[in-house]
Amino acid sequence: MTAGSTTPPAPVGAVVDGGTARRRGWGWLLLVPGMLWLAVFFVFPTIQLFVTSLYDPSGSYEQGYAMTWHFANYLDAVKDTWNLFARSFAYAGIATVVCLLLGYPLAYAIAFKAGAWKYFMLVLVIAPFFTSFLLRTLSWRTILSDQGPVTDFFQTVGVLPDDGRLLATPVAVIAGLIYNFMPFMTLPLYASLDKVDYRLVEAAGDLYSSPFTGFRKVTFPLSLPGVVSGTLLTFIPACGDYINAELLGTPKQYMVGNRIQAAFLTEHNYPLAASLSLILMLVVVLMVVLYVRRAGTEDLI
Amino acid sequence: MATVATRERVSSDPGRAKPSKRPVGRWLSDHLVLLVGILVLVYIFVPIGYIFALSFNQPSGRSATAQFESFTWSNWTSICEPEGLCDSLQLSFEVSITATLLATLLGTLMAFALVRHSFRGRSTSNLVIFLPMATPEVVMGSSLLAMFVSVGLDSVLGFVTIVIAHVLFCLSFVVVTVKARLVGMDSRLEQAAMDLYANEWQTFRLVTLPLAMPGIVAAAMLSFSLSFDDFIVTNFTSGQSVTFPLYVYGSKLRDFPAQLFVVGTLMFLVSFVFVIAAELWRRRRSAIR
Repeated sequence: MTAGSTTPPAPVGAVVDGGTARRRGWGWLLLVPGMLWLAVFFVFPTIQLFVTSLYDPSGSYEQGYAMTWHFANYLDAVKDTWNLFARSFAYAGIATVVCLLLGYPLAYAIAFKAGAWKYFMLVLVIAPFFTSFLLRTLSWRTILSDQGPVTDFFQTVGVLPDDGRLLATPVAVIAGLIYNFMPFMTLPLYASLDKVDYRLVEAAGDLYSSPFTGFRKVTFPLSLPGVVSGTLLTFIPACGDYINAELLGTPKQYMVGNRIQAAFLTEHNYPLAASLSLILMLVVVLMVVLYVRRAGTEDLI
Repeated sequence: MATVATRERVSSDPGRAKPSKRPVGRWLSDHLVLLVGILVLVYIFVPIGYIFALSFNQPSGRSATAQFESFTWSNWTSICEPEGLCDSLQLSFEVSITATLLATLLGTLMAFALVRHSFRGRSTSNLVIFLPMATPEVVMGSSLLAMFVSVGLDSVLGFVTIVIAHVLFCLSFVVVTVKARLVGMDSRLEQAAMDLYANEWQTFRLVTLPLAMPGIVAAAMLSFSLSFDDFIVTNFTSGQSVTFPLYVYGSKLRDFPAQLFVVGTLMFLVSFVFVIAAELWRRRRSAIR
């Protein structure tokens, strides 16, 4: 079963792909409804967002905006909010790294060490995330609050000064991001670790590699696709998140998402909101492309 | 036996032989990883335990406060009492089920097209499918809202616009999940069915679809949970409608009804039972086969 399913896909897939003329004929039709959805509700709005970002910023929600190809909107947006961008990417980056450090042992334990408890552990990882993330984040807000047990503990131990706080600090916001995006890291990691043929790891051991070397040279490289997709699935939503900053932080910890949200929904400053959105999207896509190139797993997408 | 092993090891690697350290290292890798994994699980469960405990709390004021005050069952028997709570749950279910069905259908078709057929523009299609996943939710929500407003749909913001948005962000995840399953599938089984005089439709229904099913089911479950729990995109596209996440958000500063903790606990329990049941069902089926 395992041997059969690991080797053939490439040649067999090629046979099917290059299949008969008929398959070629209506194959792309299957793509049409979904692509239409993406074109109408994703590509078109993105183009429109770009147009909006060039409106004259002196217009208003009530009076409407004049199209003036006002590229200076981007400069203004960057000038005012570069610190928000920097903070967003820093928070998301730290959260992604910590997620990887926590999620990897968990995924590894489930894939290789849990034995008969494997599926049960997997369910334990997934099930909590069916509970509303807002409720969970609000729970963290009370758990990390000034009178809460965690703050008390750290004060007693001396990590925090007596008047030190956890809530309303960057630590709380990053902890919230880590918690909320944990399954997006753990599940892809598990999926690729689970495919690793454990006999290869044993073979490394038989050839006198230490468990650590075996891990470094065999297990980890084989799990790399999971690491790449896990980090992407964590980093991307974390960059744009504004709930954790809002519920666990103060305006001092606000991320670029908070600014976009406010510009759109409360200030109705559409040109600013649109240029911020597009900058965020461009930077994220650029980072993702570079990262995926670097990791050498382009076929992943 | 042990002496032989030791001697061999020493002779093969005389300089760096460390037989006494190896068992320790192995014990560590055997148990430490599991221990860390369990600790991470405990961490994952901290807020769940908190939500569970507070669902039995009898708050002294109108708002369910942080402190546990006294035990009561009454929250569990009056889930629908807070105004709008059950309406928001109903709307969330309607939205998630509709969005899941649509996204799973469209996404599965796309995955089949991409894995099974060759045509021009495949890599462009892959890029367009990937882009929504690389788009932060604020951006997606805001661009959709801008479009709805500009085409005059702002008066009907609600169920339809929420579903449109949810299908959009679920679609890419469905394509990726189903694609992963299709790529790993042994298509010689389908060739065998064809060799045994099954026509294309029979082959698809009796061989291809059952083989692809685990991927499709996983994609549907993922879509449902993404859609049910979504706040950011929904907040932009909902107009006056209130889904459950919007309800929770709306009551975070006003009186926070304790019944929300009951709903949170129920969501956890139901999905837990559901996932376990699905797994048992899968095992039974594979045992029969």
